[in-house]
Amino acid sequence: MTDRDKELHFTLQGGYTEAPEARDHFSLKETYGNFIDGSFTEPQTNSLRATINPATEKTLAHTTDADAASVDTAVAAARTAFEPWASLKPRERAKYLYRIARMVQERAREFAVIESLDGGKPIREARDIDIPLVAAHFFYYAGWADKLDYAFAGRTTRPLGVCAQIIPWNFPLLMAAWKIAPALATGNTVILKPAETTPLTALKLAELLQAAGLPPGVVNIITGGATTGTLLAGHTGIDKIAFTGSTDVGKIIQKTAAQRNIPVTLELGGKAAHIIFADADLDQAVEGIINGIFFNQGHVCCAGSRLLVEESVFATVIRRLKDRMQTLVVGDPLDKNTDIGAINSKEQKERIDSYLSLADSDGTDLFQIHCPVPETGYWVLPTLLLNVSQSHRTVQEEIFGPVLAVQTFRTINEAIELANNTPYGLSGGVWTQKGSKIFHITRALRAGVLWANTYNKFDPTAPFGGYKESGLGREGGLHGLLPYVTIENRSAA
Amino acid sequence: MSEIKEFKRPGENTARKSEIPTDPVRTAVQKTYKLFINGNFPRTESGRYIPVQDRHGVHFANVCRASRKDVRDATLAARTAFTNWSATAAYTRGQILYRMAEILEDRRRQFENELERLGATEHEAIEELNRSIDRLVHFAGWSDKFQQIAATVNPVASSHFVFSVPEPTGVVAGIARGSLPLLTLVSLIAPIIVSGNTCVCLPDESNPLTAITFAEVLQAADLPAGVVNILTGLHEELISHFTLHMDINAVMGLGLDAETVQRIQEDAACNVKRTYLKPATWISDPDAESPYPILALTETKTTWHPIGR
Repeated sequence: MTDRDKELHFTLQGGYTEAPEARDHFSLKETYGNFIDGSFTEPQTNSLRATINPATEKTLAHTTDADAASVDTAVAAARTAFEPWASLKPRERAKYLYRIARMVQERAREFAVIESLDGGKPIREARDIDIPLVAAHFFYYAGWADKLDYAFAGRTTRPLGVCAQIIPWNFPLLMAAWKIAPALATGNTVILKPAETTPLTALKLAELLQAAGLPPGVVNIITGGATTGTLLAGHTGIDKIAFTGSTDVGKIIQKTAAQRNIPVTLELGGKAAHIIFADADLDQAVEGIINGIFFNQGHVCCAGSRLLVEESVFATVIRRLKDRMQTLVVGDPLDKNTDIGAINSKEQKERIDSYLSLADSDGTDLFQIHCPVPETGYWVLPTLLLNVSQSHRTVQEEIFGPVLAVQTFRTINEAIELANNTPYGLSGGVWTQKGSKIFHITRALRAGVLWANTYNKFDPTAPFGGYKESGLGREGGLHGLLPYVTIENRSAA
Repeated sequence: MSEIKEFKRPGENTARKSEIPTDPVRTAVQKTYKLFINGNFPRTESGRYIPVQDRHGVHFANVCRASRKDVRDATLAARTAFTNWSATAAYTRGQILYRMAEILEDRRRQFENELERLGATEHEAIEELNRSIDRLVHFAGWSDKFQQIAATVNPVASSHFVFSVPEPTGVVAGIARGSLPLLTLVSLIAPIIVSGNTCVCLPDESNPLTAITFAEVLQAADLPAGVVNILTGLHEELISHFTLHMDINAVMGLGLDAETVQRIQEDAACNVKRTYLKPATWISDPDAESPYPILALTETKTTWHPIGR
C-alpha cells in the first residue's frame, strides 16, 4: 500500500461557517398568470399550483395551470407574431437577442438565487454555470440571425413557424435559453412550457422579455403540468415541437408530432459511462467522476451515472472516490459551501429511493457518505452502487439522482461493449493519458457528447444531443440551427 | 450479334408473346430471383413467393415473399456488418461505391433488358441506367467530403479543444416505391451506406426484380456482406416489422403514400428512430444528389478534451 492509498480523514473542526446567499434583492409575486402576447394573464384562482422550495418544502409562489383556452390564446399570439418577426430584418432580430443576453447578465444574481430556491441546486452551480451559460447562449445565437445564408452549403433557410417547447426541471432557465435563442434567431415564434416544479425563472425571464421590448407574442410562456404539456404538444396550430425530458415522454411526443407530420427534436435520457483506465491520472479522474455524477444532484441527462474501472486500479479508485465523496457538503442550496443541494421534488426523491431499495434487494453493495442533512426538504446522500451487473435495472435505467453504479473491466473491448450496452447514447467519459486510446474509445462509443479527461462541460458553440433513444437533433452550435429551419435550394427560394 | 441483343431491342422482334429468347433447339436458362441477406442469396425462410409478369402479362419470375423472420435475419446481418463498415476508411468506402458504378456500367445492357421486359421503353431504360450510374459516382465522391462540410471545431469559452463530426446512425431501413426501380434503389442505398451505415431494403413490391439483380452488382463490387440487404415482399405485411424493430436506427423512405408515411413516423417512436421520408419525385430533386440525405442519416458527435500543460 502506498501513502496515496491510506485512508484520509477530513476533520472539519466544527464544520464550515455558514455562507448563505442573500435573497433580499429581488421579489416574487404571490401568484403568476401565464405570459401570453407580451403580458401576464390574470392568475386563475381555480387552477393555481404551488411551487415550493425543495430544501424547505415552503411555498415560494403560485402559478396558473394553462388550460385549453389559454393554450389556444398563446398559440394564436405566436401565430400572429410570426409573420412580422420572421420578416424583421435579421440584424434587428439579432439586436433583441443581444439585448436579452445583456439583461440576463445584469440580473444574473437574481436569476441564480431564484433558480437555486425553486429547484434546489447549489447556488455555486446556478451562479457559476447555469446563468452565465444562459447569457452566453443568447449571445451566441444572436449573432447567427443575420448569417443564416452561410450556415448550410448551397442552401438558404426558412423558419418553421410556431414552435412548442417543453422543458424539464433540472436546468430550468438554461433549457429555456437553449430552446428560445436558436428558435428566435432563425425567425420562429415560440410557446415555452417550463416544468411545473421549476417555473419561476422562466416567468422572471418573461418579465425580462417585456422590459427588453421584445414584440408581443414572439415568446409566450405558459405554466402547468402534463395536462398543459399534452394540450400544447397536440395543438393543431403549432409547426414544430422541441422537447427535453424523459425518454418515455419523448416517445409520446414523437408520436404526437408524427400524427400531425410536423418536425420534432428531442433531448432525452442517458446512462452515460465513465471509462477509467489504469494509466489515467487517477486523482483527476476521481474529480471528473465526482463532477460527472454529483453535479446538480445527478439531475443531469448526461450525468456519468455508470463507472467502468480497469480492474487493476479498482481498489485504488474506489478508495479515493469514497474519500473524496466524504468531503462533499450536502445541505442548504443557498449556502456557498454546498456541493449537493436538495432533490428537486418529493416525486423525484421517491423515484431515487425506489431505485436504492431495488439495488438493495438486488444484492448490490450500497455506499453512502456520512453527512447530516436538514430535517425538512428532500435529500439523497451521494451513493455508490458496487457489485452490480450489466442486467441490473440500476445499470440500465436512468435514476436521475446522485447515484453511481460501478463495474470493472479487463480489456478495452469489454469496456466499449459495456458502455454501449444500454438503449441510451447521450454522453460518455474516458480517462487515460494515452492520446491514441482516447480517440479509439471516443470513436467507438455510440453517444453524442464525449468528454475525454474532463466531464460535464457545456458551451453554446458545442452541439449537444443523443444517439439512439437519447434523442433526435442537436442543440448548440451551427448544428443547433437545423431543428428550427427548413433548408431550401437557393435557386428555388 | 448476340441473341440477347436481338430480343431486347423493341421493334426487332415484334411478334413475340414472351420476351424470353426463344430458340427452336435450345431452351433458355431462367434466373431464380432470391433475397439478398448477408452477402448470400437465400430463399425466404417462409417458402412463399409472388409471381411477377413481364409487360405482356407473361410469367417472368417468382420472387420471394419475405417474412418477419427474414427482416430480422437481414437486420441482424446489417447490425453485425455495421461495426466494420462504419470503421472502414472513407477512401475505401468511396472506392467501393465507385466500383458499383463501374460494374453497373459494364452490365448496363443486362439492366436495360430487364427494365424493358418489365415495361420501360428503350429510351427510358437507357436514361435510367445513365442516371443511376452517375448517381453512384456522385455519392462515391462524397465518402470523404460530407464530413468536411458538416464537421466543426467549436470555439468554446473554456480551455478545451472541442470538435463535432458526423457519424453513421447505424442500421437504416430503406423502403421504396416508384416507377424507376433502379434509380430509386440507388437513390436510397448510396446516401445510406456512403457514411458507414448499413441497410435493409424493401423495394417496390410491383417491381422488385431489378433490386435483386442489383444485389449481384453489390456482390461483385466487393461490398462487404451485410452492408446492404435486400428483401422482396409485400409492403403492407412487412413495413411494420421494420419500423417496430428495436435494432433499426432510422428509416429512409421514397415514394410512400401519406398514410404509410404517417404510420412509419408513429412507429418510429418505439425506439426514437430517425426518419427521412420523401416523395417519389424527390429522386429528380437537386437534394437527391447532395450531402443532405447523407447528413440526415448521421449523428453529430461532439468530443471534448482539456487544453493544458
